[in-house]
Amino acid sequence: MNTTTRRTLARTIEATRRYGDVLALDRVSLDIGAGELVGLLGPNGAGKSTLISLFAGLRRPTSGTVELLGGSPADPAVRQGIGVTPQETGLPEALKAGEIVSFVSAHYPSRRDRTDLLARFGLAGLADRQIGGLSGGQKRRLAVALAFAGDPRVVFLDEPTTGLDVEARRTLWEGIRSFHAGGGTVVLTSHYLEEIEALAQRVVVIGRGRVLADGSVQDVRDVVGVRRVSFAAPAVPDLPGVLRGSVENGRVHLLTTDSDLLVTELVRAGTPFADLQVRPTSLEEAFLTITSKEETRA
Amino acid sequence: MPDLRLVLTHTRYQFLEQLRVPISLVASAFFPAAAMLAFVVPFTGADPASATQATAGMMLFGAMSAALIGLSVSVAQDRERPWDPYLRTLPAGPLPRFAGRILTTMAGMLLSVAPVLLISAFLTAAALSPLRLALGIGALLLGAVPFMLMGLFIGYAVAARAAIAVSQVAYFPIAALGGLLVPLEVMPEFVRSLAPFVPSRGAIELMWAAVAGRTPSPVSLAALAAWTLLAAAAATWAYRRDEGRRFS
Repeated sequence: MNTTTRRTLARTIEATRRYGDVLALDRVSLDIGAGELVGLLGPNGAGKSTLISLFAGLRRPTSGTVELLGGSPADPAVRQGIGVTPQETGLPEALKAGEIVSFVSAHYPSRRDRTDLLARFGLAGLADRQIGGLSGGQKRRLAVALAFAGDPRVVFLDEPTTGLDVEARRTLWEGIRSFHAGGGTVVLTSHYLEEIEALAQRVVVIGRGRVLADGSVQDVRDVVGVRRVSFAAPAVPDLPGVLRGSVENGRVHLLTTDSDLLVTELVRAGTPFADLQVRPTSLEEAFLTITSKEETRA
Repeated sequence: MPDLRLVLTHTRYQFLEQLRVPISLVASAFFPAAAMLAFVVPFTGADPASATQATAGMMLFGAMSAALIGLSVSVAQDRERPWDPYLRTLPAGPLPRFAGRILTTMAGMLLSVAPVLLISAFLTAAALSPLRLALGIGALLLGAVPFMLMGLFIGYAVAARAAIAVSQVAYFPIAALGGLLVPLEVMPEFVRSLAPFVPSRGAIELMWAAVAGRTPSPVSLAALAAWTLLAAAAATWAYRRDEGRRFS
């Protein structure tokens, strides 16, 4: 990683956040450098949104430190340099798309041109439309556009493309890429590996409130690129490269990073089997695998 | 003061939202106008002095509705939408949004008393000089402050469904005990002994001083001030507690 050579714009040092008895973030230390496009990847409840809310000044850490642009996120003057995306379900329905952009950008010393911003997120010509009259995808893009309204240095995008169709997703990606190409820093969360692959250079995998992996997209894909090989067989044969195995209703399920090798060895072992299936695991499964490795190591 | 521009921005958009969904404005304007037609016009409409005082009472009745019910419900509803936490990520403290709410509510109050004033001007013998009217509106806004604070307290303390019920349950007794609906003279003895200490009494005495030059009761004014302080403390407590809850 060459992040140490960049100037740090945001960071947490041993940040822990509890909600009552629940530990949402567990001593997370993370540096976000100027000009980076960082993807936070993890299943629901992993702590991604909590981490974003610490950077956005919405919550304070239970212990540890959060720094933003050399100051504290709790300071409104510091937050002039950031942009955050609201949940689209909460946009004030009675206001018009253009009005909401003007309202948000009025909080910032420098602001993006409204027409240009709307056009960039595929909302050209909709400035006079009431938000209640926009489609779900249009609301989602408007919500993401709001993060950029104040011409920020860093944007924090929490699940920016959830619920969007492919085309709307690509429009949004273009908007995010062009901001990054202009020198902007982006931190986004997702539970889609492909979204992170399409946008991010650096991926931080978060699970159960901890940073499980931090590296390039390729590094992380190797870690989470786990496949599930399953077949019907009377017993579990001894095979190489199995991360995790289980038997359910006479079917053997094996998780592995190298399914080709595993299948070759399965055939070579001569064990009788039927109905072979190889499919990519869900991120959820991949995380469980990483997390359990983490735990056995600890 | 750099926040002044933001206060105006917040006020402008909150007011726009309210104008586009005017149901709460209509509700605030309906009760006092209806009460005006039902009680004031037929019974006291012919006498200039009592018609003027009764009109002031109905204006306060309307303003209380906007402050107690309108404000508490809109605060409680906003708290349940994700837009509210988003606003806290914008580079501004809580002041612009808070001040915007108060100013929007005041504007709503002025709109909701307009029908009362029109009914009073055309259907009763009430007579007011422009100066007295201006003083009366000033007294109305001042006297409504504790009710706005109570509205904020309810809005930050309970959920939206509960806010509707709690604010309405508070609204009618406070208005009635202060003698806004029916003159205190026709009320039972225990109501008359309670009335001076009810916040609506101090507020209406303030308005009567403004529109008719009556000397207000010092006890009621002191009680009004005490209620204002109490409501401010309660609203601050509920606001902090709410932030604490969302932080947790």
